Amino acid sequence: MRDLSFMLAGVGGQGIILAGDVLAEVGLQAGWDVKKSEVHGMAQRGGGVTSQVRWGRRVYSPLAEPGRIDILIGFEVLEALRNVHYLQSGGQAVVNRYHLPPPSVTGGEAAYPADADVEREFAARGATLRWMCPPPGTERLAVGVQLLGLVSAIEPLRGTFPAEAWLNALDRLVPPAHRELNRRAFQRGRAAAANGPPGRGEG
Amino acid sequence: MVNAVDRILLSGNEAVALGAFEAGVKVAAAYPGTPSTEILESLGAYPGVYCEWSSNEKVALDVAIGAAYAGRRALAVMKHVGLNVAADSLFYAAYTGLGGAGLVIVVADDPGMHSSQNEQDTRHYARFAQVPLVEPADSAEARGFLGPAFAISEQFDVPVLVRMSTRVSHSRGVVEVAGAAVAPGKRRPALADPVPVPDPHPRSARDALAALAADPGKYVMVPANARGRHPVVRRRLADAARWAEDCALNQVELGGRALGVVTSGIAYQYAREVLTGASFLKLGLVWPLPVGLLRRFAAGVERLLVVEELDPFLEENLRLLGLNVEGKRWFPALGELSPAAVRRGAAQSGLLQGEAGEPAPALPLPARPPVLCPGCGHRPLFYALQRLGAVVFGDIGCYTLGAMPPLSAMHTCGCMGAGLANLHGALKALAITDRDGQPDGVRGMPVAVIGDSTFYHAGLPALANLVYNQGGGLVIIADNSTTAMTGHQDHPGTGRTLAGGATPRLDLAEAARGLGVARVATVDPFALDEFLSVAREFLASREPAVIVARHPCALQSRSRRPPVTVVAETCNGCGICLRLGCPPLSPDDGGVLVDRDLCTGCGLCATVCPRGALVTAPNQGGGSANA
Repeated sequence: MRDLSFMLAGVGGQGIILAGDVLAEVGLQAGWDVKKSEVHGMAQRGGGVTSQVRWGRRVYSPLAEPGRIDILIGFEVLEALRNVHYLQSGGQAVVNRYHLPPPSVTGGEAAYPADADVEREFAARGATLRWMCPPPGTERLAVGVQLLGLVSAIEPLRGTFPAEAWLNALDRLVPPAHRELNRRAFQRGRAAAANGPPGRGEG
Repeated sequence: MVNAVDRILLSGNEAVALGAFEAGVKVAAAYPGTPSTEILESLGAYPGVYCEWSSNEKVALDVAIGAAYAGRRALAVMKHVGLNVAADSLFYAAYTGLGGAGLVIVVADDPGMHSSQNEQDTRHYARFAQVPLVEPADSAEARGFLGPAFAISEQFDVPVLVRMSTRVSHSRGVVEVAGAAVAPGKRRPALADPVPVPDPHPRSARDALAALAADPGKYVMVPANARGRHPVVRRRLADAARWAEDCALNQVELGGRALGVVTSGIAYQYAREVLTGASFLKLGLVWPLPVGLLRRFAAGVERLLVVEELDPFLEENLRLLGLNVEGKRWFPALGELSPAAVRRGAAQSGLLQGEAGEPAPALPLPARPPVLCPGCGHRPLFYALQRLGAVVFGDIGCYTLGAMPPLSAMHTCGCMGAGLANLHGALKALAITDRDGQPDGVRGMPVAVIGDSTFYHAGLPALANLVYNQGGGLVIIADNSTTAMTGHQDHPGTGRTLAGGATPRLDLAEAARGLGVARVATVDPFALDEFLSVAREFLASREPAVIVARHPCALQSRSRRPPVTVVAETCNGCGICLRLGCPPLSPDDGGVLVDRDLCTGCGLCATVCPRGALVTAPNQGGGSANA
């Protein structure tokens, strides 16, 4: 398998750090060199947050350049769109169809982009966008892991790692009390991926 | 038993903690500050190391110096601006030296200001104070450089700076250890079964202190003694510079001869990724510079480039050596460096040809700045200050977000503790020039807002000054009973130590009274009318006054209530609730919508709604918002 760079984008508090840790752990267990960047501090207070995970034979920079991310994992629609330029042409995006308007939108000074515009923007860059249906209720606490379930079904990941590789990484990183919830979320995401072609499908 | 080597992923900060533990650190002190905070949280999980949250960075460094004086390896940790606070102590320790045991000061820079009021380049402090500085480039080096940093400190009897940066501190990378723990975290050690590291110094603390007491010329920095020490400081750095020529922390990676790159830290990673084929001189010991090594490297390449983050520190020093070097002509001196910035600079300089332009972001999109959390006690506080029309001298913490629209109720933010004395000075200026124009009410009056942890950090001397100099300001301590912005660290007001043990709780109101403030009140700002009434009374008195605005941090509090509901037929869409800037509230077709997942049921919007269109559920305590 070739080197892979992932980007996770969402809003502070959505569980981006854990999802990135799981992704990094899967790469590590597969024998790759791995680097992961994350955001702490002020940006976490409801601000836009990104994290990158890079697998490779030798990874120098924890940050990839715009246009060099293989897979973009969007926890929120606007934040996914904000980082679309990091995707390479031919890259793939899995985006939670969840809209959290920032203060300028609730204050009426700016408009939240329509889903159709988001789809156009990804398509114009030669990227494949797959929506994920936001999980209900307390399940949203594991939204990142559900997203990983969908990601795990993208090639070359699907052909390389069985579900157990992901579940083992989850078990290593999630406290026992939350394991069941997260395992369920992962399987839900993976099953959704099997239900339709990538593209406009909604998992 | 021999353990197999495990590969684990550690953040740079966790790796510093592991390296410090393995180096036999016995005493470590810090004040929390992004991006440095997790170092002490992580180190605190290892056995045989005393760790504390000190009340500020200067105190932390003095604690560490004292421990080193007593013959134990000691560590102080802070963010870049923390070293400004601790600079006085760095300079005396550079004069006295430590007397045998090593002292390492880890300083984390924040290029790009992810969570800081400025961006500073800590390397200047190394030259300024004439102390060595080492700079790791990833987690493996962060772990591996701590031992050598202590060794350098002890060989040259000098404090050693370790410069981290946000991208090294907060990136995870592979570290190899024997006997790794499963999923190490900031409060979990990287080792499965860590046992205390034997003290590298056999001399007892008592003996170390006796030696110190016998050597006043070295440790008592009165002018006569300090004059004797300054030449030692200079000589020592010259000795270290000679030693640096063969220092294993500096590495040459030979590639082509066409281009040679001198770099250090995270900038190395960016340059190494983009400038494939170049030769690299990667400095792990950034100060003092290995002059001979630099000259030899420069002589072996046709074009010499410096890639460094923030200031042209290496570039200027290389130029002083007479080397023909390029750097900031191509690469930014502002903000965080990145592989993209290195590629842009390299393309402009003609080093990379035929590169396509990088993809542009989708524009324009609404920004998403950080905001006060739903249920945060700072929201009613700043709403009240907005209602009072106060000019607010602010400070550093979550509550700085009170400056953001729509609350827009903080008007300065400079550094830790600044607001209190700013208020005092502004009031003195008002009194001396505006005698006839004193506002008769409270509108337009200045007040100061400072957080609880910040008050212990730098507010105490400023409040003493205000009382002593007959100031008359209102100081509001925004007390959420934790150091919230950096991730809920304890402080002198929480009643708990870093290790989690119980300790006497320093009461803010009592502290204010003890400093001579007569008007002191503790009010929960969610009691909006009471808060406004006390604030008006205190402001009108023109006497020194303190309000402790106390409400527990919404992220820590477990008293989440059912979400607020909207009575659609009563709401006329006036938008007053939206002026709170509370994330769950958004305008909706002439009314207002509450995001039930985000709402904590704090009820502030119901309090300010003039029509009673927002309703809180009866408080049953601890209900779920996801019912």
